[in-house]
Amino acid sequence: MKIQILGTGCAKCKKLTEQAETAAKELGVTYELEKVTDIEKIMAFGVMSTPALAVDGQVKVSGRVPPVDEIKSLLKGV
Amino acid sequence: MLQRLADVITWRFLGLQPGTHLGDALHFFIYDSVKIFLLLTVIVFVIAVVRSYFSPERTRQILSHRREYVGNLLAALLGILTPFCSCSAVPLFIGFVESGVPLGVTFSFLVSSPMVNEVALVLLWGLFGWKIAMLYISTGISVAIVSGIVIGRLKMERYVEDYVYQMKVGSSAIHEQSFRDRIVCANEYTTDLLKKIWPYVLVGIGIGGFIHGYAPADLLARYAGKGNPFAVPVAVLIGVPLYSNAAGVIPIVQALMSKGLPIGTVLAFMMAVTALSFPEAVILKKVLKLQLLLTFFGIVALSIIAVGYLFNAVL
Repeated sequence: MKIQILGTGCAKCKKLTEQAETAAKELGVTYELEKVTDIEKIMAFGVMSTPALAVDGQVKVSGRVPPVDEIKSLLKGV
Repeated sequence: MLQRLADVITWRFLGLQPGTHLGDALHFFIYDSVKIFLLLTVIVFVIAVVRSYFSPERTRQILSHRREYVGNLLAALLGILTPFCSCSAVPLFIGFVESGVPLGVTFSFLVSSPMVNEVALVLLWGLFGWKIAMLYISTGISVAIVSGIVIGRLKMERYVEDYVYQMKVGSSAIHEQSFRDRIVCANEYTTDLLKKIWPYVLVGIGIGGFIHGYAPADLLARYAGKGNPFAVPVAVLIGVPLYSNAAGVIPIVQALMSKGLPIGTVLAFMMAVTALSFPEAVILKKVLKLQLLLTFFGIVALSIIAVGYLFNAVL
């Protein structure tokens, strides 16, 4: 699956990236992680508050860093 | 009950005597710290849960195509509840403008959001009483409303960077959180926030309790008291470039107040620090042309100065 982290690069974006990687590894899924930092691309997702997490092109969370467990259930829901 | 706790720790465990300077200062410090941290924990947690229902996407829907006055008032109020950190100012600004939120209304939101929040409320309430807390909140909202209305009247839409209007904003359905998730998140948010701000809060309380007795209380009052008409603008000018949240500025506020600076000057300083900052200017420069950026800072700074004079005159 494709995991995208949308954000212009503040501390919260880094934390979300780490949490998402941990979640994906714990689930043992194969994934590809991409950081989207370009504002135009971020806006194209319809996201207004960063950081945001998109899975396979679908925005799942925006404006907060969810706990690893919540990310896991979001990844499983795909 | 908190009084009892402070009694037991100071007099019984530490064996200090009531009436001594150190004993009384420590008693005050323990009592105030416990009280303020309890308040912070409860209120920040409750607000975090409430806040999870106010996503920026929903706020944008509410504010879209709102008229002057009603729009500005709603924006200033929603600014308190909508989670917002200055690092997402750009996507938020574009999202608002794109969906037809008027420019003046957008600015009311941008002013109120960092300045008026639950942390400022609790800290001012705990350290200076509910009257000052309410004063800060209500005038903060007024500054946001007035600045937004003025900017809206100036019709400065063409000073927004052109690409903002060409941007294509996608629509996204955000996954709704369950109530349990909201509680878990609020819990995590509260813990993170407290971890971040506790040193500032303790220093703020400490200044009230200890330093109070050691420097002449009118030290600053002599230079920047009510008699000096330049004190308010100077305090605001110093505060504007500084960047801090409400918790970070509290120790300074506490120190200034205890050294005799009048309340209007201190609140104006606090508003200037939280509402405007150099890093925010850099971020907003990506979406605003220089004229609009300067106008925005100028109008907000002037409104804050007006609030400062008003309080110094009335209180």
